[in-house]
Amino acid sequence: MSILIDEKTLLLVQGITGNEGSFHTQRCIEYGTRVVAGITPGKGGSEVLGVPVFNTVEAAIEKTGANASMIFVPAAFAADAIMEAADAGIPLIVCITEGIPVSDMIVVHNYLKGKQTRLIGPNCPGLISPGKCKVGIMAGGIHLPGNVGVVSRSGTLTYETVAQLTSLGIGQSTCVGIGGDPMPGSTFVDILKLFQEDKDTRAVVLIGEIGGTAEQEAAKFIKEKMTKPVVAFVAGATAPPGRRMGHAGAIISGSSGTAQDKMAALTAAGVTIAPSPAEIGITVKKVLETHS
Amino acid sequence: MKIHEYQAKALLSEFGIPVPKGAVATTPAEAKKIAAELGGKVAIKAQVYAGGRGKAGGIKAANTPEEAEKLAGQILGTRLITHQTTSEGVPVSKVLVEQAINIERELYLSIIVATANRMPVMMASEAGGMDIEEVAKVSPEKILLEYIDQATSFQAFQGRKLAYRMNLNPAQVRPATNLMANLYKLFQAKDCSLAEINPLVITTDGEILALDAKLNFDDNALFRHSNIEQLHDLEQEDPLEVQANELGINNYIKLDGNIGCLVNGAGLAMAVMDLITQAGGNPANFLDIGTVNDVNRVVNAFKIFTTDPNVKAILVNIFGGMARVDIIAKGIVEAHKQIDIHVPLVVRLAGTNVDEGKHILAESGIKFIEATDFYDAARKSVQATKGEVN
Repeated sequence: MSILIDEKTLLLVQGITGNEGSFHTQRCIEYGTRVVAGITPGKGGSEVLGVPVFNTVEAAIEKTGANASMIFVPAAFAADAIMEAADAGIPLIVCITEGIPVSDMIVVHNYLKGKQTRLIGPNCPGLISPGKCKVGIMAGGIHLPGNVGVVSRSGTLTYETVAQLTSLGIGQSTCVGIGGDPMPGSTFVDILKLFQEDKDTRAVVLIGEIGGTAEQEAAKFIKEKMTKPVVAFVAGATAPPGRRMGHAGAIISGSSGTAQDKMAALTAAGVTIAPSPAEIGITVKKVLETHS
Repeated sequence: MKIHEYQAKALLSEFGIPVPKGAVATTPAEAKKIAAELGGKVAIKAQVYAGGRGKAGGIKAANTPEEAEKLAGQILGTRLITHQTTSEGVPVSKVLVEQAINIERELYLSIIVATANRMPVMMASEAGGMDIEEVAKVSPEKILLEYIDQATSFQAFQGRKLAYRMNLNPAQVRPATNLMANLYKLFQAKDCSLAEINPLVITTDGEILALDAKLNFDDNALFRHSNIEQLHDLEQEDPLEVQANELGINNYIKLDGNIGCLVNGAGLAMAVMDLITQAGGNPANFLDIGTVNDVNRVVNAFKIFTTDPNVKAILVNIFGGMARVDIIAKGIVEAHKQIDIHVPLVVRLAGTNVDEGKHILAESGIKFIEATDFYDAARKSVQATKGEVN
């Protein structure tokens, strides 16, 4: 099993005709993802990469039964795209777009309240259930099907982690990039809940970074609710305080935002901390051996 | 993005929030003239992108226009060093000359986005005029919070709650509530990430006004606020960061080490910095090259590295996802054609289009040290700064 996406996922892509949209849609199709529709207002009726293009999400769902959306729409229009997908009743929205204004995301979160839609991202690499389905921009080839769940605020650091796991022969159930924005659609806790419930996930890797309190909230959840082992790394231990490191989320504000505080909270919750980002894979291997 | 206090106050004023009378001066003579117009008794305030000005000597009180001229002359043209700046400080090219205010009470008021709650929050405190983080640490009960639902906006009752809890007298409650509502209007209209009035003062005449003001803006929303973007004073920022920004590299932060880092992704860039530090080295910068697949952007990153005199080695660590390794490789080749690069280059490539990328580098004949993974890359770049590998 896996979480959120698998062989039954029918994907539509909002912004399929843009450069990045079409490049990565192609990669998803090559990986085996069932891409059933693309959305570009004004280009309905045409075809891209063999995929029919629709003007609206509503029309695409009616014709194709799509049950997930991947969004590549530019930042200025991305909030609108997320709400359009939610309005059409899509259960899973994965927003890759980076640079969406915070005030737009407040509107989006308000709109999503009470709806059944789950949002992953924005500003994220998407997610992959190796061997089954890829909804995102990660290189598919580095993954291996297996039983370790990965959840991360950082895209490329997830790739590093996965490459380490795969080279040690440790496969992944699902890898979820929740994104680097300060108000992600899904939090660590949301994804940890799903991994805890997933029969085929034996252990979880959590990749955090400086800024905010998402790791502390994850630590609280792990302590109270999780029975599966968790390995974590928090990036930015050597970042100078008070500076914003690219991700809007990575601002050290007050003591709870530092890597040291986050690692302490996770350790106290029974999480095994990888001593360096190069040793995440080996740390998982050791943890799996002691828990088998 | 930050702006100066005098610009923030102009915006507050535009949104109906009372501020002291004053004007900005760039010369002592101008300061004298403004002081005379304001009746002689004024405050002279250095306009810099840093807090802690008072303790650092950046705020002075003058009793006459002549004294204002003299004090402005002592501040203008200097560099102000506060606890929030580097040891080099920030240049003072402007001073705000403001009427002196007789203060009865100093309060605190601000709005930020409470990311965990996914909504803006207004913070108010009776302990104004102090560092609010210090207040939060020492006496958290003195900080009052009102969350603002974007759908309903800031309501008058929320203002009354805060005003009465701060023990304002009944006559001050309505003006305070209006001021709070206006601050939220400004926060919302201009896509602020922080709107802070510290202190918000009650004068001895019972008036309420913003004695100091700080506005920060959401960089991601600047595309719809060109008039705000124009206010950005580049003189206040690190020159290399300004240059990087002009070259389209907006995720560059200058640090004090000697290894120039070109990485894709903020988390990975931070992890590479962590690894360099673990390997006994020191990064010269944080740089997330981002996901725009543009050869010139890579060339420009190299231009920044060669401009930074501290850089003794360059580390390129790319794990392609959205960013494609072949384009990064083309950028490295193009950089070597356009610029003279004297320092050792360590390259680690993986991910989307990695084979094409490695092929491009191998064909180019460029001299570089290949690394197998990111720890190897960090280690080799630290060795390279010491001349141990080449």
